[in-house]
Amino acid sequence: MARPFSIRHQTGFTAIAVICFAALYAPIAILVIYAFNAGTSIADWEGFSLRWFVAAWNNSQVIEVSIRSLQIAAAAAVMATIVATMAALATTRTAPYPGLTLKYAFINQPLMVPEIVTAVALLIFFSRIKVATGYSGLGYLIAAHTAFCIPFAYLPIRARLESMDLTLERAAADLYATPWQTFRRITLPLLWPGILAGLMLTFVISLDDVVITNFVKSGGQDTLPTYMLGQLRRAITPEMNAISTVFLLISVGIVTLFFFISRKRN
Amino acid sequence: MASAAELAKTRARRDVRNRWLLSAPALLIILLAATGPLLIVLVYSFLAPGAYGDVKWQFSTDAWVSVLLERDIFDDTLSIADAHLSIFWRSVKLALGTTLLTLLFGFPTAYFIATRPERMREVWLFLITIPFWTNLLIRTFAVLEIIRNEGVVNKVLLATGVVEQPVQMLFTDFAIMVGMVYVYLPLMVLPLYASMEKLDFRLIEAGYDLYATRFKVLRRIIFPLVKPGVIAGSILVFIPSLGAYVTPSILGGGKNLMLGNLIELQFGQGRNWPLGAALSITLMAVVMVALLAYVRNAGDSEVRHG
Repeated sequence: MARPFSIRHQTGFTAIAVICFAALYAPIAILVIYAFNAGTSIADWEGFSLRWFVAAWNNSQVIEVSIRSLQIAAAAAVMATIVATMAALATTRTAPYPGLTLKYAFINQPLMVPEIVTAVALLIFFSRIKVATGYSGLGYLIAAHTAFCIPFAYLPIRARLESMDLTLERAAADLYATPWQTFRRITLPLLWPGILAGLMLTFVISLDDVVITNFVKSGGQDTLPTYMLGQLRRAITPEMNAISTVFLLISVGIVTLFFFISRKRN
Repeated sequence: MASAAELAKTRARRDVRNRWLLSAPALLIILLAATGPLLIVLVYSFLAPGAYGDVKWQFSTDAWVSVLLERDIFDDTLSIADAHLSIFWRSVKLALGTTLLTLLFGFPTAYFIATRPERMREVWLFLITIPFWTNLLIRTFAVLEIIRNEGVVNKVLLATGVVEQPVQMLFTDFAIMVGMVYVYLPLMVLPLYASMEKLDFRLIEAGYDLYATRFKVLRRIIFPLVKPGVIAGSILVFIPSLGAYVTPSILGGGKNLMLGNLIELQFGQGRNWPLGAALSITLMAVVMVALLAYVRNAGDSEVRHG
Protein backbone atom coordinates (compact mmCIF):
# COMPACT_ATOMS: atom_id res chain seq x y z
CA MET A 1 0.00 0.00 0.00
CA ALA A 2 1.31 3.46 -0.85
CA ARG A 3 1.97 5.86 1.97
CA PRO A 4 -0.45 8.76 2.21
CA PHE A 5 0.85 11.86 0.47
CA SER A 6 2.55 14.21 2.91
CA ILE A 7 3.14 17.82 1.96
CA ARG A 8 6.01 18.00 4.43
CA HIS A 9 7.96 15.17 2.88
CA GLN A 10 10.97 15.82 0.64
CA THR A 11 12.68 12.90 -1.05
CA GLY A 12 15.92 11.88 0.61
CA PHE A 13 15.90 14.62 3.24
CA THR A 14 15.30 12.28 6.17
CA ALA A 15 18.09 9.99 4.99
CA ILE A 16 20.56 12.89 4.78
CA ALA A 17 19.48 14.16 8.21
CA VAL A 18 20.04 10.72 9.74
CA ILE A 19 23.49 10.55 8.10
CA CYS A 20 24.31 14.01 9.50
CA PHE A 21 23.35 13.10 13.04
CA ALA A 22 25.28 9.84 12.80
CA ALA A 23 28.30 11.62 11.33
CA LEU A 24 28.22 14.25 14.07
CA TYR A 25 28.33 11.71 16.85
CA ALA A 26 30.28 8.77 15.38
CA PRO A 27 33.77 10.34 15.60
CA ILE A 28 33.12 11.48 19.17
CA ALA A 29 31.80 8.04 20.08
CA ILE A 30 34.89 6.33 18.65
CA LEU A 31 37.12 8.78 20.51
CA VAL A 32 35.38 7.96 23.78
CA ILE A 33 35.45 4.20 23.15
CA TYR A 34 39.22 4.15 22.58
CA ALA A 35 39.74 6.04 25.83
CA PHE A 36 38.89 2.71 27.47
CA ASN A 37 41.35 0.71 25.36
CA ALA A 38 43.71 -1.56 27.30
CA GLY A 39 46.41 -1.29 24.62
CA THR A 40 48.60 1.67 23.74
CA SER A 41 47.05 2.18 20.30
CA ILE A 42 44.14 4.38 19.30
CA ALA A 43 43.39 2.07 16.37
CA ASP A 44 43.49 -1.52 17.68
CA TRP A 45 41.09 -2.56 20.40
CA GLU A 46 42.76 -4.72 23.06
CA GLY A 47 40.12 -4.91 25.74
CA PHE A 48 38.49 -2.69 28.31
CA SER A 49 40.59 -0.83 30.84
CA LEU A 50 40.62 2.39 32.82
CA ARG A 51 44.41 2.62 32.76
CA TRP A 52 44.50 5.76 30.60
CA PHE A 53 42.21 7.64 32.93
CA VAL A 54 44.53 6.65 35.77
CA ALA A 55 47.53 7.70 33.70
CA ALA A 56 45.98 11.10 32.98
CA TRP A 57 45.09 11.54 36.66
CA ASN A 58 48.67 10.75 37.67
CA ASN A 59 50.14 13.04 35.03
CA SER A 60 51.01 16.11 37.08
CA GLN A 61 51.23 18.29 33.96
CA VAL A 62 47.67 17.42 32.93
CA ILE A 63 46.38 18.28 36.39
CA GLU A 64 48.35 21.53 36.41
CA VAL A 65 47.03 22.74 33.03
CA SER A 66 43.49 21.64 33.90
CA ILE A 67 43.50 23.68 37.10
CA ARG A 68 44.85 26.67 35.18
CA SER A 69 42.08 26.29 32.58
CA LEU A 70 39.42 26.16 35.27
CA GLN A 71 40.85 29.20 37.06
CA ILE A 72 40.90 31.28 33.89
CA ALA A 73 37.44 30.13 32.84
CA ALA A 74 35.96 30.88 36.27
CA ALA A 75 37.52 34.34 36.47
CA ALA A 76 36.63 35.26 32.88
CA ALA A 77 33.07 33.92 33.16
CA VAL A 78 32.33 35.84 36.36
CA MET A 79 33.85 39.10 35.13
CA ALA A 80 32.31 38.88 31.66
CA THR A 81 28.87 38.09 33.09
CA ILE A 82 28.97 40.97 35.59
CA VAL A 83 30.01 43.61 33.06
CA ALA A 84 27.69 42.14 30.41
CA THR A 85 24.75 42.33 32.83
CA MET A 86 25.52 45.98 33.49
CA ALA A 87 25.86 46.66 29.77
CA ALA A 88 22.60 44.83 29.05
CA LEU A 89 20.77 46.92 31.66
CA ALA A 90 22.21 50.03 30.03
CA THR A 91 21.21 49.12 26.47
CA THR A 92 17.70 47.70 26.80
CA ARG A 93 14.26 49.03 27.66
CA THR A 94 15.05 52.55 26.54
CA ALA A 95 14.34 54.86 23.67
CA PRO A 96 17.28 55.02 21.26
CA TYR A 97 19.88 57.44 22.56
CA PRO A 98 23.10 58.74 20.99
CA GLY A 99 25.77 56.05 21.01
CA LEU A 100 23.40 53.08 21.47
CA THR A 101 24.16 51.54 18.08
CA LEU A 102 27.84 52.15 18.65
CA LYS A 103 27.59 50.22 21.93
CA TYR A 104 25.91 47.27 20.21
CA ALA A 105 28.64 47.18 17.58
CA PHE A 106 31.34 47.44 20.21
CA ILE A 107 29.99 44.72 22.48
CA ASN A 108 29.50 42.27 19.63
CA GLN A 109 32.79 43.14 17.94
CA PRO A 110 34.69 40.09 19.27
CA LEU A 111 32.18 37.89 17.41
CA MET A 112 32.88 39.53 14.06
CA VAL A 113 36.66 39.39 13.81
CA PRO A 114 38.37 36.07 12.99
CA GLU A 115 39.93 34.62 16.13
CA ILE A 116 43.40 34.44 14.62
CA VAL A 117 43.36 38.21 13.96
CA THR A 118 42.37 39.00 17.56
CA ALA A 119 45.04 36.56 18.72
CA VAL A 120 47.74 38.32 16.71
CA ALA A 121 46.54 41.74 17.89
CA LEU A 122 46.70 40.67 21.52
CA LEU A 123 50.11 39.08 21.07
CA ILE A 124 51.48 42.39 19.79
CA PHE A 125 49.74 44.55 22.37
CA PHE A 126 50.42 42.38 25.42
CA SER A 127 54.05 41.73 24.52
CA ARG A 128 54.59 45.52 24.63
CA ILE A 129 52.92 45.73 28.04
CA LYS A 130 54.87 42.74 29.32
CA VAL A 131 58.11 44.47 28.43
CA ALA A 132 56.98 47.81 29.85
CA THR A 133 55.62 46.54 33.17
CA GLY A 134 57.55 43.33 33.74
CA TYR A 135 54.29 41.60 34.74
CA SER A 136 53.66 38.32 32.91
CA GLY A 137 51.03 36.60 35.05
CA LEU A 138 47.67 35.10 34.21
CA GLY A 139 46.08 38.57 34.05
CA TYR A 140 46.59 38.83 30.29
CA LEU A 141 44.85 35.54 29.60
CA ILE A 142 41.97 36.44 31.91
CA ALA A 143 41.56 39.87 30.26
CA ALA A 144 41.60 38.36 26.77
CA HIS A 145 39.11 35.64 27.72
CA THR A 146 36.83 38.15 29.44
CA ALA A 147 36.75 40.31 26.31
CA PHE A 148 35.71 37.56 23.91
CA CYS A 149 33.26 36.12 26.47
CA ILE A 150 31.33 39.39 26.93
CA PRO A 151 29.08 39.02 23.85
CA PHE A 152 28.20 35.44 24.83
CA ALA A 153 26.98 36.65 28.22
CA TYR A 154 25.42 39.83 26.85
CA LEU A 155 23.15 38.16 24.30
CA PRO A 156 21.13 35.81 26.59
CA ILE A 157 20.92 38.45 29.34
CA ARG A 158 19.65 41.06 26.91
CA ALA A 159 17.10 38.61 25.51
CA ARG A 160 15.86 37.91 29.03
CA LEU A 161 15.63 41.63 29.87
CA GLU A 162 13.69 42.42 26.73
CA SER A 163 11.06 39.78 27.46
CA MET A 164 10.67 40.93 31.08
CA ASP A 165 7.58 42.64 32.44
CA LEU A 166 8.14 46.30 33.28
CA THR A 167 5.02 46.63 35.46
CA LEU A 168 6.53 44.88 38.49
CA GLU A 169 9.37 47.38 38.63
CA ARG A 170 6.93 50.25 38.28
CA ALA A 171 4.84 48.81 41.09
CA ALA A 172 7.94 48.65 43.29
CA ALA A 173 8.74 52.27 42.51
CA ASP A 174 5.15 53.23 43.32
CA LEU A 175 5.61 51.59 46.72
CA TYR A 176 8.57 53.88 47.45
CA ALA A 177 11.33 51.36 46.77
CA THR A 178 14.63 53.03 46.00
CA PRO A 179 16.13 52.23 42.58
CA TRP A 180 18.64 49.94 44.28
CA GLN A 181 15.92 48.10 46.22
CA THR A 182 13.92 47.69 43.04
CA PHE A 183 16.95 46.25 41.29
CA ARG A 184 17.91 43.98 44.18
CA ARG A 185 14.41 42.66 44.96
CA ILE A 186 12.65 42.68 41.57
CA THR A 187 14.96 43.01 38.55
CA LEU A 188 17.78 40.75 39.69
CA PRO A 189 15.62 37.73 40.68
CA LEU A 190 13.72 37.98 37.39
CA LEU A 191 16.95 38.31 35.44
CA TRP A 192 18.67 35.43 37.24
CA PRO A 193 18.03 32.68 34.62
CA GLY A 194 19.59 34.90 31.95
CA ILE A 195 22.61 35.60 34.14
CA LEU A 196 23.02 31.91 34.91
CA ALA A 197 22.84 31.09 31.20
CA GLY A 198 25.48 33.75 30.54
CA LEU A 199 27.75 32.35 33.23
CA MET A 200 27.56 28.80 31.92
CA LEU A 201 28.03 29.72 28.26
CA THR A 202 31.01 31.96 28.96
CA PHE A 203 32.58 29.30 31.17
CA VAL A 204 32.35 26.73 28.36
CA ILE A 205 33.54 29.23 25.73
CA SER A 206 36.56 30.20 27.80
CA LEU A 207 37.38 26.58 28.61
CA ASP A 208 37.34 25.72 24.88
CA ASP A 209 39.55 28.49 23.58
CA VAL A 210 42.74 27.43 21.81
CA VAL A 211 43.77 30.11 19.34
CA ILE A 212 43.78 33.26 21.44
CA THR A 213 45.25 31.45 24.46
CA ASN A 214 48.00 29.97 22.33
CA PHE A 215 49.15 33.44 21.24
CA VAL A 216 48.67 35.30 24.52
CA LYS A 217 50.15 32.81 27.00
CA SER A 218 53.63 33.34 28.39
CA GLY A 219 56.01 30.43 28.97
CA GLY A 220 54.61 27.80 31.35
CA GLN A 221 51.05 29.06 31.05
CA ASP A 222 49.59 26.23 29.00
CA THR A 223 45.89 25.60 29.41
CA LEU A 224 44.35 22.20 28.80
CA PRO A 225 43.49 22.92 25.13
CA THR A 226 46.92 24.38 24.27
CA TYR A 227 48.60 21.47 26.08
CA MET A 228 46.51 19.05 24.01
CA LEU A 229 47.37 20.91 20.80
CA GLY A 230 51.04 20.44 21.64
CA GLN A 231 50.57 16.75 22.41
CA LEU A 232 48.75 16.15 19.12
CA ARG A 233 52.00 16.85 17.30
CA ARG A 234 53.65 13.92 19.09
CA ALA A 235 52.76 10.23 19.18
CA ILE A 236 49.19 9.94 20.37
CA THR A 237 48.21 7.43 23.06
CA PRO A 238 44.69 6.76 24.42
CA GLU A 239 45.61 9.09 27.29
CA MET A 240 44.59 11.93 24.96
CA ASN A 241 41.25 10.18 24.45
CA ALA A 242 40.80 9.85 28.20
CA ILE A 243 41.52 13.56 28.78
CA SER A 244 39.18 14.48 25.91
CA THR A 245 36.44 12.28 27.35
CA VAL A 246 36.56 13.98 30.73
CA PHE A 247 36.68 17.39 29.04
CA LEU A 248 33.67 16.48 26.86
CA LEU A 249 31.72 15.32 29.90
CA ILE A 250 32.24 18.67 31.61
CA SER A 251 31.16 20.70 28.56
CA VAL A 252 28.18 18.48 27.76
CA GLY A 253 27.14 18.50 31.42
CA ILE A 254 27.11 22.29 31.55
CA VAL A 255 25.28 22.62 28.23
CA THR A 256 22.67 20.05 29.30
CA LEU A 257 22.11 21.96 32.51
CA PHE A 258 21.70 25.13 30.46
CA PHE A 259 19.18 23.34 28.20
CA PHE A 260 17.01 22.30 31.13
CA ILE A 261 17.15 25.69 32.80
CA SER A 262 16.07 27.47 29.62
CA ARG A 263 13.38 24.82 29.04
CA LYS A 264 11.90 25.35 32.49
CA ARG A 265 11.82 29.05 31.78
CA ASN A 266 9.56 28.51 28.79
CA MET B 1 11.67 77.94 38.29
CA ALA B 2 12.40 75.07 35.98
CA SER B 3 9.51 74.07 33.79
CA ALA B 4 8.29 70.48 33.58
CA ALA B 5 9.78 70.15 30.12
CA GLU B 6 13.20 71.23 31.33
CA LEU B 7 12.96 68.84 34.26
CA ALA B 8 12.17 65.97 31.94
CA LYS B 9 15.10 66.93 29.76
CA THR B 10 17.53 66.95 32.69
CA ARG B 11 16.20 63.61 33.83
CA ALA B 12 16.63 62.13 30.35
CA ARG B 13 20.15 63.49 30.18
CA ARG B 14 20.99 61.97 33.56
CA ASP B 15 19.51 58.66 32.41
CA VAL B 16 21.75 58.60 29.35
CA ARG B 17 24.78 59.43 31.51
CA ASN B 18 23.97 56.62 33.92
CA ARG B 19 23.59 54.22 31.03
CA TRP B 20 27.05 55.16 29.75
CA LEU B 21 28.53 54.63 33.21
CA LEU B 22 26.81 51.26 33.51
CA SER B 23 28.15 50.01 30.20
CA ALA B 24 31.61 51.53 30.66
CA PRO B 25 33.36 48.45 32.15
CA ALA B 26 32.27 46.15 29.31
CA LEU B 27 33.23 48.71 26.68
CA LEU B 28 36.56 49.36 28.38
CA ILE B 29 37.52 45.67 28.53
CA ILE B 30 36.63 45.16 24.87
CA LEU B 31 38.50 48.33 23.92
CA LEU B 32 41.63 47.18 25.77
CA ALA B 33 41.59 43.47 24.95
CA ALA B 34 39.92 43.31 21.54
CA THR B 35 39.25 46.45 19.48
CA GLY B 36 42.19 48.61 20.53
CA PRO B 37 44.86 46.05 19.73
CA LEU B 38 43.38 45.69 16.23
CA LEU B 39 44.37 49.30 15.56
CA ILE B 40 47.91 48.51 16.68
CA VAL B 41 47.98 45.69 14.13
CA LEU B 42 47.21 48.25 11.44
CA VAL B 43 50.12 50.42 12.63
CA TYR B 44 52.48 47.44 12.78
CA SER B 45 51.69 46.50 9.18
CA PHE B 46 53.44 49.74 8.12
CA LEU B 47 56.67 49.14 10.06
CA ALA B 48 59.85 47.24 9.29
CA PRO B 49 60.51 43.80 10.83
CA GLY B 50 63.01 43.51 13.67
CA ALA B 51 65.78 40.92 13.46
CA TYR B 52 64.42 38.72 16.27
CA GLY B 53 60.72 39.25 15.81
CA ASP B 54 58.84 42.38 16.85
CA VAL B 55 59.34 45.55 14.75
CA LYS B 56 61.72 48.42 14.07
CA TRP B 57 60.04 51.81 14.38
CA GLN B 58 60.50 53.02 10.86
CA PHE B 59 57.84 53.49 8.21
CA SER B 60 57.79 50.84 5.51
CA THR B 61 55.28 49.51 3.00
CA ASP B 62 57.33 46.35 2.42
CA ALA B 63 54.91 44.21 4.39
CA TRP B 64 51.98 45.24 2.21
CA VAL B 65 54.00 44.76 -0.96
CA SER B 66 55.00 41.25 0.08
CA VAL B 67 51.40 40.22 0.78
CA LEU B 68 51.11 39.58 -2.94
CA LEU B 69 54.58 40.14 -4.41
CA GLU B 70 58.07 38.96 -3.61
CA ARG B 71 61.34 40.77 -4.14
CA ASP B 72 64.12 38.88 -5.81
CA ILE B 73 67.15 38.86 -3.47
CA PHE B 74 69.59 39.28 -6.34
CA ASP B 75 68.20 41.84 -8.75
CA ASP B 76 65.48 43.44 -6.59
CA THR B 77 62.74 42.86 -9.14
CA LEU B 78 59.21 42.17 -7.97
CA SER B 79 57.22 39.15 -9.01
CA ILE B 80 53.97 37.57 -7.87
CA ALA B 81 54.46 35.62 -4.64
CA ASP B 82 53.27 32.18 -5.75
CA ALA B 83 53.49 30.72 -2.26
CA HIS B 84 51.14 33.34 -0.81
CA LEU B 85 48.78 33.21 -3.77
CA SER B 86 48.41 29.46 -3.48
CA ILE B 87 47.63 29.80 0.23
CA PHE B 88 45.03 32.51 -0.46
CA TRP B 89 43.51 30.36 -3.14
CA ARG B 90 43.43 27.29 -0.88
CA SER B 91 41.79 29.30 1.91
CA VAL B 92 39.08 30.70 -0.34
CA LYS B 93 38.57 27.36 -2.08
CA LEU B 94 38.29 25.39 1.16
CA ALA B 95 36.08 28.01 2.83
CA LEU B 96 33.70 28.08 -0.15
CA GLY B 97 33.73 24.28 -0.40
CA THR B 98 32.99 23.99 3.31
CA THR B 99 30.11 26.47 3.02
CA LEU B 100 28.62 24.59 0.06
CA LEU B 101 28.93 21.16 1.67
CA THR B 102 27.51 22.28 5.02
CA LEU B 103 24.59 23.80 3.08
CA LEU B 104 24.10 20.57 1.14
CA PHE B 105 23.98 18.49 4.33
CA GLY B 106 22.57 21.15 6.65
CA PHE B 107 19.55 22.09 4.55
CA PRO B 108 17.86 18.66 4.67
CA THR B 109 18.84 18.28 8.33
CA ALA B 110 17.28 21.61 9.30
CA TYR B 111 14.19 20.73 7.25
CA PHE B 112 13.97 17.38 8.97
CA ILE B 113 14.05 19.05 12.41
CA ALA B 114 11.54 21.72 11.39
CA THR B 115 9.02 19.11 10.24
CA ARG B 116 9.11 17.07 13.48
CA PRO B 117 6.29 17.37 16.04
CA GLU B 118 6.80 20.42 18.22
CA ARG B 119 8.00 18.65 21.39
CA MET B 120 10.57 16.60 19.46
CA ARG B 121 12.07 19.61 17.67
CA GLU B 122 13.70 20.85 20.85
CA VAL B 123 15.39 17.50 21.38
CA TRP B 124 16.74 17.28 17.82
CA LEU B 125 17.92 20.86 18.03
CA PHE B 126 19.65 20.06 21.30
CA LEU B 127 21.44 17.18 19.57
CA ILE B 128 22.76 19.66 16.98
CA THR B 129 23.88 22.19 19.61
CA ILE B 130 25.80 19.72 21.79
CA PRO B 131 28.68 19.28 19.33
CA PHE B 132 28.63 23.02 18.74
CA TRP B 133 29.39 23.68 22.41
CA THR B 134 31.99 20.96 22.77
CA ASN B 135 35.61 21.73 22.26
CA LEU B 136 36.65 22.40 18.66
CA LEU B 137 40.07 20.89 19.30
CA ILE B 138 38.57 17.64 20.58
CA ARG B 139 36.20 17.41 17.62
CA THR B 140 39.09 17.95 15.22
CA PHE B 141 41.07 15.32 17.13
CA ALA B 142 38.11 12.93 16.71
CA VAL B 143 38.19 13.47 12.94
CA LEU B 144 41.96 12.93 12.93
CA GLU B 145 41.52 9.58 14.62
CA ILE B 146 39.05 8.19 12.12
CA ILE B 147 40.70 9.34 8.89
CA ARG B 148 44.25 8.32 9.80
CA ASN B 149 45.85 5.56 7.76
CA GLU B 150 45.15 3.21 10.68
CA GLY B 151 41.77 4.84 11.37
CA VAL B 152 38.31 3.31 11.19
CA VAL B 153 37.54 4.55 7.68
CA ASN B 154 40.64 2.95 6.19
CA LYS B 155 40.08 -0.25 8.20
CA VAL B 156 36.60 -0.60 6.77
CA LEU B 157 37.83 0.13 3.24
CA LEU B 158 40.62 -2.46 3.59
CA ALA B 159 38.39 -5.08 5.18
CA THR B 160 35.75 -4.80 2.48
CA GLY B 161 38.43 -4.98 -0.20
CA VAL B 162 37.56 -1.62 -1.75
CA VAL B 163 41.23 -0.65 -1.58
CA GLU B 164 44.45 -2.63 -1.24
CA GLN B 165 46.48 0.09 0.46
CA PRO B 166 45.23 2.54 3.06
CA VAL B 167 44.11 5.77 1.42
CA GLN B 168 46.19 8.75 2.53
CA MET B 169 43.53 11.19 3.68
CA LEU B 170 45.26 12.90 6.57
CA PHE B 171 47.46 15.92 5.77
CA THR B 172 45.58 16.73 2.56
CA ASP B 173 43.19 19.52 1.55
CA PHE B 174 40.46 16.89 1.64
CA ALA B 175 41.15 16.24 5.33
CA ILE B 176 40.95 19.95 6.14
CA MET B 177 37.63 20.26 4.33
CA VAL B 178 36.16 17.18 6.03
CA GLY B 179 37.27 18.57 9.38
CA MET B 180 35.79 22.01 8.74
CA VAL B 181 32.49 20.62 7.46
CA TYR B 182 32.34 18.48 10.58
CA VAL B 183 33.04 21.27 13.06
CA TYR B 184 30.98 24.01 11.37
CA LEU B 185 27.88 22.02 10.36
CA PRO B 186 25.90 23.16 13.45
CA LEU B 187 26.57 26.80 12.50
CA MET B 188 24.72 26.16 9.22
CA VAL B 189 21.85 24.13 10.67
CA LEU B 190 20.89 26.56 13.44
CA PRO B 191 20.05 29.67 11.34
CA LEU B 192 18.50 27.46 8.63
CA TYR B 193 16.23 25.90 11.22
CA ALA B 194 15.34 29.33 12.61
CA SER B 195 13.90 30.39 9.27
CA MET B 196 12.35 27.00 8.45
CA GLU B 197 10.51 26.92 11.75
CA LYS B 198 8.42 29.84 10.51
CA LEU B 199 7.68 28.14 7.17
CA ASP B 200 4.00 28.44 6.24
CA PHE B 201 3.02 24.97 5.00
CA ARG B 202 -0.22 26.30 3.52
CA LEU B 203 1.91 27.79 0.75
CA ILE B 204 3.42 24.38 0.06
CA GLU B 205 -0.01 22.79 0.01
CA ALA B 206 -1.10 25.42 -2.47
CA GLY B 207 1.90 24.52 -4.62
CA TYR B 208 0.91 20.84 -4.69
CA ASP B 209 -2.69 21.79 -5.44
CA LEU B 210 -1.36 23.57 -8.50
CA TYR B 211 0.37 20.35 -9.66
CA ALA B 212 3.92 21.28 -8.64
CA THR B 213 6.35 18.38 -8.24
CA ARG B 214 8.26 17.91 -4.98
CA PHE B 215 11.37 19.37 -6.52
CA LYS B 216 9.50 22.36 -7.87
CA VAL B 217 7.99 23.02 -4.43
CA LEU B 218 11.46 22.86 -2.94
CA ARG B 219 13.00 25.17 -5.51
CA ARG B 220 10.20 27.67 -6.04
CA ILE B 221 8.53 27.84 -2.62
CA ILE B 222 10.69 26.50 0.23
CA PHE B 223 14.05 27.77 -0.93
CA PRO B 224 13.00 31.39 -1.58
CA LEU B 225 11.21 31.53 1.79
CA VAL B 226 14.20 30.32 3.80
CA LYS B 227 16.78 32.29 1.83
CA PRO B 228 17.60 34.60 4.77
CA GLY B 229 18.53 31.51 6.77
CA VAL B 230 20.66 30.19 3.90
CA ILE B 231 22.55 33.47 3.72
CA ALA B 232 22.99 33.75 7.49
CA GLY B 233 24.23 30.16 7.72
CA SER B 234 26.62 30.62 4.81
CA ILE B 235 28.14 33.73 6.40
CA LEU B 236 28.45 32.02 9.77
CA VAL B 237 30.32 29.09 8.19
CA PHE B 238 32.36 31.02 5.64
CA ILE B 239 33.93 33.49 8.09
CA PRO B 240 35.45 31.01 10.58
CA SER B 241 36.43 28.67 7.73
CA LEU B 242 38.37 31.40 5.98
CA GLY B 243 40.25 32.26 9.18
CA ALA B 244 40.53 28.68 10.39
CA TYR B 245 43.71 27.88 12.27
CA VAL B 246 43.22 24.84 14.49
CA THR B 247 41.66 22.52 11.91
CA PRO B 248 44.24 23.07 9.13
CA SER B 249 47.16 22.92 11.55
CA ILE B 250 46.03 19.53 12.88
CA LEU B 251 44.59 17.93 9.73
CA GLY B 252 46.75 19.72 7.15
CA GLY B 253 49.95 18.62 8.85
CA GLY B 254 52.00 21.78 8.38
CA LYS B 255 52.23 21.45 4.61
CA ASN B 256 48.76 22.46 3.51
CA LEU B 257 48.67 25.94 5.01
CA MET B 258 45.68 28.20 5.16
CA LEU B 259 45.68 31.94 5.78
CA GLY B 260 45.51 31.48 9.57
CA ASN B 261 48.63 29.29 9.55
CA LEU B 262 50.47 31.70 7.26
CA ILE B 263 49.74 34.51 9.71
CA GLU B 264 50.92 32.41 12.66
CA LEU B 265 54.10 31.53 10.79
CA GLN B 266 55.07 35.22 10.53
CA PHE B 267 54.99 35.49 14.31
CA GLY B 268 56.90 32.25 14.82
CA GLN B 269 59.64 30.99 12.52
CA GLY B 270 59.03 33.71 9.91
CA ARG B 271 59.90 36.51 12.34
CA ASN B 272 58.13 39.00 10.12
CA TRP B 273 55.56 40.67 12.35
CA PRO B 274 54.68 43.47 9.86
CA LEU B 275 53.84 40.90 7.17
CA GLY B 276 51.76 38.95 9.70
CA ALA B 277 49.97 42.17 10.60
CA ALA B 278 49.31 43.03 6.96
CA LEU B 279 47.96 39.52 6.30
CA SER B 280 45.70 39.81 9.37
CA ILE B 281 44.27 43.10 8.12
CA THR B 282 43.71 41.51 4.70
CA LEU B 283 41.80 38.63 6.26
CA MET B 284 39.75 41.01 8.38
CA ALA B 285 38.93 43.16 5.34
CA VAL B 286 37.58 40.13 3.45
CA VAL B 287 35.46 39.16 6.46
CA MET B 288 34.11 42.71 6.77
CA VAL B 289 33.12 42.74 3.08
CA ALA B 290 31.26 39.45 3.59
CA LEU B 291 29.51 40.83 6.69
CA LEU B 292 28.52 44.06 4.94
CA ALA B 293 27.11 42.10 2.01
CA TYR B 294 25.11 40.08 4.52
CA VAL B 295 23.77 43.13 6.37
CA ARG B 296 22.69 44.75 3.10
CA ASN B 297 21.08 41.54 1.91
CA ALA B 298 19.28 40.97 5.22
CA GLY B 299 17.97 44.53 5.10
CA ASP B 300 16.69 44.02 1.55
CA SER B 301 14.82 40.81 2.28
CA GLU B 302 13.21 42.36 5.35
CA VAL B 303 11.88 45.17 3.22
CA ARG B 304 10.50 42.71 0.69
CA HIS B 305 8.74 40.55 3.28
CA GLY B 306 7.69 43.43 5.46
